[in-house]
Amino acid sequence: MNKANLPARNTKVMNRFDLTSRLIARLKNEEAVIGGIGNTNFDLWAAGHRPQNFYMLGSMGLAFPIALGVALAQPNRRVFALEGDGSLLMQLGCLSTIATLKPKNLTMVVMDNGIYQITGAQPTPAAGVADLVAIAVSSGLIDSAWAADEEDFERLIDQSLSASEPMLIGVRIDDKPGTATTRRDPVQIRERFMLGLGVREPL
Amino acid sequence: MAATDGQTSPIGSGEKAWHEIVLQTLKRNDVRLVTYVPDRVLTRLIREIHADPFFTAFPAAREEEAVGIVSGAWMGGMRGAVLMQTSGFATLANVLASLAIPYQIPLIMFVSERGTLGEFNYGQSLVCRTMRPVLDSLAVEHHTVTRLDEFEFIVDRSIKQAVTTQAPVALILSPLLTGGKVLQMS
Repeated sequence: MNKANLPARNTKVMNRFDLTSRLIARLKNEEAVIGGIGNTNFDLWAAGHRPQNFYMLGSMGLAFPIALGVALAQPNRRVFALEGDGSLLMQLGCLSTIATLKPKNLTMVVMDNGIYQITGAQPTPAAGVADLVAIAVSSGLIDSAWAADEEDFERLIDQSLSASEPMLIGVRIDDKPGTATTRRDPVQIRERFMLGLGVREPL
Repeated sequence: MAATDGQTSPIGSGEKAWHEIVLQTLKRNDVRLVTYVPDRVLTRLIREIHADPFFTAFPAAREEEAVGIVSGAWMGGMRGAVLMQTSGFATLANVLASLAIPYQIPLIMFVSERGTLGEFNYGQSLVCRTMRPVLDSLAVEHHTVTRLDEFEFIVDRSIKQAVTTQAPVALILSPLLTGGKVLQMS
């Protein structure tokens, strides 16, 4: 492993809402952001709605596959996907699919607190055992890395903006719940997202 | 067996084989993204789709992953279809109920039907019985295609209906159409 793949235990425990806000603040080019089920998209919502945000209200584990689809359809737009560790564990195979296709415009962030916070903070089967960034690297996403702290997270985000291969950024986060709740209106979420991506014209 | 294995055009008839119809109808309807978990019956179709530069085609590790990918692509302006086997469809109830249907996504599914008309694996015959009840309970449009002469009409109209009504559709490819997968007696 290279130095960028430092194990999670050497990283600072950060906060999901703070990191999501830092990501959103750096987006200047109508980048798409896919928020995974639960707290991940709640904090994306809380960070301030953007027309290019998509919020998942189910289909646990599909933030990265959905983001891959958007990235393939719009190769000139940068796509970010935010996913929880428990969600990613359900769909580890997608890392290999993404590594094989190598979309240049896809950045994945996994928010790792080792628990299913929203269902009562039960530990995931991977907690304290598996290293999700190492799994991503082994799946072929060789530029993946843990963010050591908030500054390092911002640096990795900036690095990904000009990367020529997809990368996964791992962040260790605390056990706090999301700071707001997404409005659960799937048709509006999808239609507004398509408007934000320039696929649709308003009625 | 060339005319009955479902993989080749009936000899001398000038009729197109079912897999040629799928490929041409996808193209005509600008369905460019094809992602799949493979099935023996779909082998030729998958190979021909890969050989045609019109398509972006690749395998996914799991059927619901494939559904997520084509859902994202559609929201980004690219139409897609998912190819799978009956047992793969059985993994999709949650993603249909929580993504494709409530978000109104025109998910186009081709399901190669195992589990009937000569099935040799008991598990396949059991899981096949869950497919139509799941589709019916979610009110998903679905057609079981048995006849080559109706196939192009059904595929073409179903894709158009899915796109215009923003609703998923499942096209179930019966062994009567494809020849299915048969036990090789030695």
